[in-house]
Amino acid sequence: MKPPIVRLLPQGECGIVVELGSSIDVVVNRRVVALAGAIAGELAGKIVEVVPTYRSLLVVFDPLRVSRAALARKIRALAARAGGRADRRPTPERRRVVEIPVVYGGDHGPDLEFVAGVAGLTPLEVVAIHSSCTYRVHMLGFTPGFPYLGGMSGQIAAPRLEVPRERVPSGSVGIAGEQTGIYPIESPGGWRLIGRTPLRLFDPDRQEPFLVAAGDEIRFAPIDPEEWERFQEGSR
Amino acid sequence: MIVVVAPGLLTTVQDGGRPGFRAFGVPVAGAMDRLSWALANALVGNRPGAAALEMTLLGGTFRFERSARVALCGADMRALLDGRPVAVDSTFQVPAGGQLVLGAATAGARTYLAVRGGIDVPEVLGSRSTYVRAGLGGFRGRTLAPGDRLLVGSAAGEPPPPGALPFRLVAPPRGPIRIRAIPGPQEELFTAAGIRSFFATPFEVTNRNDRMGYHLRGAPIEHAGGADIVSDPVVPGAVQVPASGAPIVMMMDAQTAGGYAKIATVIGADLRLMAQARMGDTVAFEECADGDAVEALREERRLLEGWTASPGTGRIAGKTREGAS
Repeated sequence: MKPPIVRLLPQGECGIVVELGSSIDVVVNRRVVALAGAIAGELAGKIVEVVPTYRSLLVVFDPLRVSRAALARKIRALAARAGGRADRRPTPERRRVVEIPVVYGGDHGPDLEFVAGVAGLTPLEVVAIHSSCTYRVHMLGFTPGFPYLGGMSGQIAAPRLEVPRERVPSGSVGIAGEQTGIYPIESPGGWRLIGRTPLRLFDPDRQEPFLVAAGDEIRFAPIDPEEWERFQEGSR
Repeated sequence: MIVVVAPGLLTTVQDGGRPGFRAFGVPVAGAMDRLSWALANALVGNRPGAAALEMTLLGGTFRFERSARVALCGADMRALLDGRPVAVDSTFQVPAGGQLVLGAATAGARTYLAVRGGIDVPEVLGSRSTYVRAGLGGFRGRTLAPGDRLLVGSAAGEPPPPGALPFRLVAPPRGPIRIRAIPGPQEELFTAAGIRSFFATPFEVTNRNDRMGYHLRGAPIEHAGGADIVSDPVVPGAVQVPASGAPIVMMMDAQTAGGYAKIATVIGADLRLMAQARMGDTVAFEECADGDAVEALREERRLLEGWTASPGTGRIAGKTREGAS
């Protein structure tokens, strides 16, 4: 595989955007996550933070402590190394799969029937498909802890609500087009809700405030409504 | 204890923000006008980073149960302490039982109320800043409401003497507010005419302006192709241009990533000028080189260090001088 093209772009005097591609692509995203990790590890103390996204990452720095040119050189060197490494599959110990228990349908997933109708499937078939895939967390954004997931089957795609709900309960699992996602906090939203997890994706008071990070993988596991409390307590 | 008698239009607890969690989708938040916030803290002798109140357009009414040293910096909200005027960009002593009443901003949009010891709310993810959309930080994660009681932190030693800054932080705009911006990161997604018009024509601040972003109105900015990109990182100051061609300047509560092409980024030292603009004001963007932006940042830090390093050494002059900002 050819070495990836790396572009360094300015975002203000305190930001360098490192672009590794222009589309949503697992290989590109794997490189982004690997490079973000390398930068966070090797340049700790020199930078403020690293923000990985689908196909690019942002390095925030203080230009009065480190010059843009010096930082750019270091990033390019790391990109050349990390790029080569990320072409291979991630090593097993670095790959983290997070299982998300979900109560599908009913009050927790009021749009499950709609999604089934669009797909020409039964609700149970939708659940079976949704919980059989492995999803990659490409990035987090929109609200604290909101994972942008890749890997949903196109069979259960569904259009967004025409009028978004004012309040989507935290933990709701939704579908929008060919994307699926989880609302970590109560917020407005237009995704079709098919279920809800008792786990908290974001809890600022917890030792680990965020359940998932970019580069993780997610699997959804159907549970019965009666199991809700068990998982809720288990998450604390 | 400070009792919120009336909160004003939109008053929140803010500090220097919450960097370090953007990778998890947590906006930095923090004071919109960081210079006014930092100088208010410096005037009461607080350590840099203390939390203060950020008021928006219309200030609040506060009753101080104990005597406190207070500073007001930013927009002039015609403050009255027990009925007598107190100057903005100044620090003064509030007696026990004293009541501070702020009105509507005569110019500018945001005023910072710092109290010696800082506003004492719990730190969430390393910051006391309020991010209202997620109910995070600040006073119970929300804007202040009547009856709220704010704790004040403790501070050792004596505060600097009462006095005022020898300049005004917010002056009524005369003509367009000039704001410097560095092109990129996606300037290639705009036509040459689009970039020219962004830097050559003024824009009006619309009523859609808040801690997340300032929506501007003006000659539409022309894209070379589409306006949408694969979502990528966004910093406060980033200027997004959706398909309508009307720019949006992202502010402190902006999402960490966005899917619109970004034509430029307002420099850190000038973002406060955007934060002090209000509906109907006109802004004009000026192209800025990276080196000049870093120099402006250096000047801002120097100014702050001058006030922070030697509090109470006579640097605080007794009266204000207009228009030095």
